[in-house]
Amino acid sequence: MVTVGLAHYLVVAALLLVIGIFGIFLNRKNVIVIMMSIELILLAANINFIAFSAALHDMVGQVFAMFVLSVAAAEAAIGLAIVVVYFRNRGSIEVDDVTLMKG
Amino acid sequence: MAMLYTTLPVLFLAIAGMVMLMFGVFARRDHTFAITAASIVALAITARLIFAAPDGQVFHAMLVTNDFTRFADILVLVGAAGALSLSVGFNERTGITRFEYPVLILFSVIGMVVLVSAGDLLTLYIGFEIQSLALYVLATFARNNVRSSEAGLKYFVLGALSSGVLLYGISLVYGFAGTTSFVDIAHALARHSMVSIGSTIGIVFVMVGLAFKISAAPFHMWTPDVYEGSPSSVTAFFATAPKVATFALLLRVMLGPFAPMLAQWQDLVQIVAAASMVIGALGAIGQSNIKRLMAYSSIGHMGYALMGLAAGTVTGVRGALIYLAIYLVMSLGTFGCIIAMSRKGKPVERIDDLAGMASEDGRYALALAVLMLAMAGIPPLSGFFGKLYVFLAAIRSGLDVLAVIGVATSAIAAFYYLRVIKVMYFDTGTPGFDRRTAGINLVIGVSAAVTVLFVFYPSPLSTVSSYAAHALFQSAKF
Repeated sequence: MVTVGLAHYLVVAALLLVIGIFGIFLNRKNVIVIMMSIELILLAANINFIAFSAALHDMVGQVFAMFVLSVAAAEAAIGLAIVVVYFRNRGSIEVDDVTLMKG
Repeated sequence: MAMLYTTLPVLFLAIAGMVMLMFGVFARRDHTFAITAASIVALAITARLIFAAPDGQVFHAMLVTNDFTRFADILVLVGAAGALSLSVGFNERTGITRFEYPVLILFSVIGMVVLVSAGDLLTLYIGFEIQSLALYVLATFARNNVRSSEAGLKYFVLGALSSGVLLYGISLVYGFAGTTSFVDIAHALARHSMVSIGSTIGIVFVMVGLAFKISAAPFHMWTPDVYEGSPSSVTAFFATAPKVATFALLLRVMLGPFAPMLAQWQDLVQIVAAASMVIGALGAIGQSNIKRLMAYSSIGHMGYALMGLAAGTVTGVRGALIYLAIYLVMSLGTFGCIIAMSRKGKPVERIDDLAGMASEDGRYALALAVLMLAMAGIPPLSGFFGKLYVFLAAIRSGLDVLAVIGVATSAIAAFYYLRVIKVMYFDTGTPGFDRRTAGINLVIGVSAAVTVLFVFYPSPLSTVSSYAAHALFQSAKF
């Protein structure tokens, strides 16, 4: 029987972070997938906060996690609004199409 | 009472912004001009309130006020007020006159003021997000324009990635230092006899997140596209206030809570500074769009300012602050000139469009030439002194290689700044630009005058930034 400790949570969070970052850079299909990857990154940080908060017996981490959740909601709202505006102008949200300006 | 005075600037800005938002929503007619004017007044009142706030900290050191935060706040407010004055005629011509524009700028300034005076990782993150969320919307402000929406999308994706990375770094720092308060983190990191890998990784992540926002290489890839795609009035704002606010925060974080780990992050800052200077100089050479040129130019300028941080001393911080102030004034003037580039109401952005400017409008050509020479760092203009202070600080801290790279890249960069002057004075053409508004003339005039006359009165800026730099190091020692 293995007890789940701080290290396990940190590994999960690190994996989520890596998946999120790769999701942004390797994804060639859809902007919505990028939005999901961003959420993954934020949740990875949240897992860290909660795990540290429990391990340190300190409440600040949990308070921080609540703030992160609300910021993530605001960010998703603005991101989706931008995607809608972009779709109206371009008629597509394929990542490969976002190349009007080089760079 | 101290608590009220310290938070008053932020509270005032928030209330003013929301009142203007409600007024704009419920008013029957379009009051964009009145709201823009009121926003500039609100920024001026905020500046007064910032001077009234006493030194100290409130809410368990979540917010800090000292000479350093005051200095950075004033720069931010000047940048925002300048960008607002530039927007007046331009937004009307390009059909994006909406009252949300000044309101969004006020909201992002709230974030910047919080950011600059953050005393805790929590306030840092919240300030960073308040600033960024408003900026994402501003980048997309010309919502019927495909370029503007593409710029907004790119800025959003990379900005959200950077704030995610920043947050992950904060979580690691919290975990390994056991606290989020700047002062306590400094104590905790100083207490560890061995270098903790966890907090080192956390600090690197925080640095990367902030480097994204100031567009330091190698995290600069969004800058040219966002600068080009956003409406010029928004670009003028992007190039000034957020850069200064985030840079001030970077200085505070690196030399405050993370100061005990200086040996770990100093090399990294040096690499980022060198990469920014090189990419800023080389990337701009092939550009034909003046906004893309300014994007690479701002990447380079951030590299020079980072040199002051890499020095890690009072002299270095002072140099970086002087550099930021001078950069802010030069950028406002240059963007004033860029915003003035329009024919029959349509903005033009190619450098070749400036051909023949000198014979058509000598004053405009002279102002832009002065600003370009200052950006290149030609004495006796202000840009030279900005570079001088950071180079001196770098050499005193033994970063000779960095200083050599800086001198070499500014020589390369002079090439493309001089090209703009050459196009204006020696190429033939008829620009035929529209009449400029009073606000644009004012910003260009003041900024060119400050750039030229700085050499005669350098002492106010250097004295004030010296106070600010000392305050930064004093507050770190609590």
